[in-house]
Amino acid sequence: MHIPDGFLNVATIATTYAMSAGGVSYAVKEANRKLKEKHIPLMGVMAAFIFAAQMLNFPIIGGTSGHLIGAALAAILLGPWAAVLIMSCVLIAQCLIFQDGGLLALGANIFNMGIVATFSAYFLYRLATAVLGDSRKGRLIGGFIGAWASVVMASVACAIELAISGASPWAVVLPAMAGLHALIGIGEGLITGAALSLVLATRADLWQLQKV
Amino acid sequence: MKWWHYALIISLLIAVLSPLASSSPDGLEKVAENKGFIGLAQSAPFQVIADYVFPGIYNEAVATILAGLLGTIVIFGVVYGIGWLIKSRRTERTG
Repeated sequence: MHIPDGFLNVATIATTYAMSAGGVSYAVKEANRKLKEKHIPLMGVMAAFIFAAQMLNFPIIGGTSGHLIGAALAAILLGPWAAVLIMSCVLIAQCLIFQDGGLLALGANIFNMGIVATFSAYFLYRLATAVLGDSRKGRLIGGFIGAWASVVMASVACAIELAISGASPWAVVLPAMAGLHALIGIGEGLITGAALSLVLATRADLWQLQKV
Repeated sequence: MKWWHYALIISLLIAVLSPLASSSPDGLEKVAENKGFIGLAQSAPFQVIADYVFPGIYNEAVATILAGLLGTIVIFGVVYGIGWLIKSRRTERTG
């Protein structure tokens, strides 16, 4: 879902850069307050995993592929503000080193996949575990739902930016993006669920870690 | 070995699998193609390791694996470094 340059107009570029800059600087402030020594290697390895997993596009129907975003996994395990920092670092590196996502669109990409995806996943996961209980089952179902919603919500944010920029009309781009990403989100949910159950089996104590 | 060492090794193994990735357009690209606005896309004014293919290597799978391993290691280092910086700045101030 990395937006290349050329899709967004100047107003959208400026607005999304401003919102992302605000979100990231608040995330740094929160991390400053809450980050513990043991968060540091986990954040590094989470970012490394997300980067590697994002390279592995999986096919979905109709000659389309999707890949993990990873915001949900990071938000559930480390908290939403650590996830915002991790996602921003991954997206900045992808843009600067690998030319994945445009330089002018970087603000929008951080906003969609770093902030919108993170908080949609985090709140839905919290809601699901509140309803289903903080059990293994509740966490895995919550993880799946949160991950699915993170992809759909990020795609809706992306579609709104495209429509405002005049790249494509609202009535065309919004259902097309949300519909396709409702399918890609299933992949995100399955990968997130698998990663969470692996963590539950090997390091269940990570859930007791204070969230950033 | 600590738990996160294994997690980092898993991440590097995933990077090695990257040539197996589907090369079909992703969700946004597909929508842009179908709805006729893919032509608006501009390529980057600079290229470092564009499209996750390490430059100057004839074998594309090897070039992709190298790009993936490099990216995974660089990102781990950058995020670890940022976490360490945030943590140590605070310790200085309070201690």
